[in-house]
Amino acid sequence: MHKHRTNTSSSPPPHQHVEQHKHIGVGSLTHDIRRSKVVLVGNPNVGKSLFFNHLSGLYVDVSNYPGTTVEISEGHFGTCDIYDTPGVYGISSFSDEENVTREIVLQSDIVLNVVDAVHLERDLFLTLQLVDMGKKVAVLLNFMDEVEKQGLDIDIKLLSTYLGVPVFPTVAVSKTGFDSILAAIEQARRGEQDKDLHPKLHTMLAVSGSEAEALLILEGDEVIAQRHGVPPGTEREDIYIERRNRVNLIINAILSERNVRTRLSTLIGRWSVNAWTGVPILFGALYLVYLFIGTFIAQDLVEFLETRLGNELWEPWIRGLIGKYVSPESWIGIIFVGEFGLATMTVTYLLFLLFPLVVAFYFSLAIMEDSGYLPRLATLVDRSLNAIGLNGSAVIPLILGFGCVTMATITTRILGTKREKQITATILQFAVPCSAQLAVITAMLVGAGFRAMLIFGLTIFIVFVAIGTILHRILPGKTSPLLIDLPPMRMPRLDNVMKKTLYRAYFFMKEATPWFFVGALAVGLLQVTGLLTVWQNVLEPFTVKWLQLPREASVSFVMGMVRRDFGAAGLYDLALTTDQIIVALVTITLFVPCIASLMVLVKERGTKEASLIWIGTWVTAFLVGGILSQILI
Amino acid sequence: MSDIKSDAISRIIRKWLANMTKNETLPLHKVARGSLVRIVRIPDGNSKAQLIRLGVHVGVLVRCLERLPGGTLVIEKNRQEIALGMNLASTILVSPVRHD
Repeated sequence: MHKHRTNTSSSPPPHQHVEQHKHIGVGSLTHDIRRSKVVLVGNPNVGKSLFFNHLSGLYVDVSNYPGTTVEISEGHFGTCDIYDTPGVYGISSFSDEENVTREIVLQSDIVLNVVDAVHLERDLFLTLQLVDMGKKVAVLLNFMDEVEKQGLDIDIKLLSTYLGVPVFPTVAVSKTGFDSILAAIEQARRGEQDKDLHPKLHTMLAVSGSEAEALLILEGDEVIAQRHGVPPGTEREDIYIERRNRVNLIINAILSERNVRTRLSTLIGRWSVNAWTGVPILFGALYLVYLFIGTFIAQDLVEFLETRLGNELWEPWIRGLIGKYVSPESWIGIIFVGEFGLATMTVTYLLFLLFPLVVAFYFSLAIMEDSGYLPRLATLVDRSLNAIGLNGSAVIPLILGFGCVTMATITTRILGTKREKQITATILQFAVPCSAQLAVITAMLVGAGFRAMLIFGLTIFIVFVAIGTILHRILPGKTSPLLIDLPPMRMPRLDNVMKKTLYRAYFFMKEATPWFFVGALAVGLLQVTGLLTVWQNVLEPFTVKWLQLPREASVSFVMGMVRRDFGAAGLYDLALTTDQIIVALVTITLFVPCIASLMVLVKERGTKEASLIWIGTWVTAFLVGGILSQILI
Repeated sequence: MSDIKSDAISRIIRKWLANMTKNETLPLHKVARGSLVRIVRIPDGNSKAQLIRLGVHVGVLVRCLERLPGGTLVIEKNRQEIALGMNLASTILVSPVRHD
């Protein structure tokens, strides 16, 4: 026993020896030594970002289902730099999110720990770990309104005594208790560390330089251990269980349940993971999304915007304007206001087709996310995805892929193993059409009738399953098990959903727009230099003989290499029979990923894998499209 | 004499108890929907650390909320719902608890 512990047996024991051993060698986030670094830490879906938004005044991505806020956000509040972190259940190196959170916590001065008061048992594990790390902590106890509704009683004063750090009750959605955040920052202090852990920390301190890192090494954190050149500790399990027991002890003392009644939201949550009711709920949800995106946005709104505003107002106006200075027949004229003009078609597609669709898609996704439905969906489809070597979590990148394949490819990071990342990324690049492409496809399929829809859907589905199954067979290793926490079902907050939607749509447009212009420019240049005809001639045997499409369809394949939806859009104006529509759409759907997607793929999966996938999509698209063509036409 | 006797009895009781618990343990994925079980064994690995963080470790009581076709499982521990894949659930041993 350390001698300085002898006089601290009564609670709460302030650690007078703190000053001797803190703050050695951390701080790549350092901007200014006078400013303190305050970091918001909490489990997923505890409302962290609402606090962050309030403090920083900036908007960032709100709730986070794993993967949506891997990037951290920084803001300023008074003399503090505020950092938001991805939601984690503990500090360690199990995932990218944890790595990010761990680094920021290690470099912070003050930790504001946001805790879901309804799920104290789960959340206090992280709180105690932060306390054990020797960080200055203040707890923001969120969802106090739900505590009331669920018939729970929390003794906040006692909780604060046990933890040794101040605790502030809040309701983030209504900003109740937000006036105490400043007090929380000021009053944050070191809490009540595990008595047995403390001496061990001191032994490790000589190596690690900070208590926080000492603890992580003891807990077997390989990254931190390696950083200090020591073997990782072997006591993780003991420390974790001991910490768990402390949580239980605290819970028993501070929490009491009054009348417990099951609420409707809880019931809906249960029903959506039930064998009998889950599937109807899934189809109901998908149907609503289809009604909203497929019918209302894609048909009514886009029709109006694209035809009335785009084709009839904007395009004649800009053509007239540019026509005053350059002849529409000159090569500059063709590039700017021609068939694939930068100022005509590109602008119309971007603003009047892509933008409303992307907004609608992100809106639907945000609702599913904020309501807590997404993880339940993952649970429901877990077993089906096992068949293609994935677990339920992969449903998130796969669904996101229907929004934007590029974004979805980045999200494959949340998956547990390299194998799952490979399978998911490959399926995304091959067989998942993104929202913009899907919009054009839907519009064309609606015109082509039910049979066309059925054949198209079935073909893509078969390719989807085939690719997954083949990869599952040939890749070494096995599927990692599903293990996720199901957050409570909550009514999504419209303002949050809107903010998140617009934020994401904005970033997507920012990312996509340049590539759109690059694509249009490339096609325009090919057109004026006559290379387009050369390309058409090269592809002609494939396009005309094998796929039995008009030779102009090969233009779509040029554009498809730049942006997938661009490729599909190129087919839109061709005069095609119903069967030709099916063949053309199948081919363009399976065709190569867009440039942005390819860039991300190279980054995430390496050049070799990316080029294999890229070439593979060429082969698959023409093979499947051709076979279909030979059968149908 | 009596020592030997009590020794023998205690040995029998111990054997019987051991048999009881042996028979009573089953993998988590075989647990009936709605039943309450105590965790007996969790295999080592990252899943174990993650489960401990979520409050599921040896000795803890959990209720099986849902069993999906194919074996994906939803368990509950004090208002906390956790979904487990079949391949993980099948490696976790539990013993049923008679309740109420």
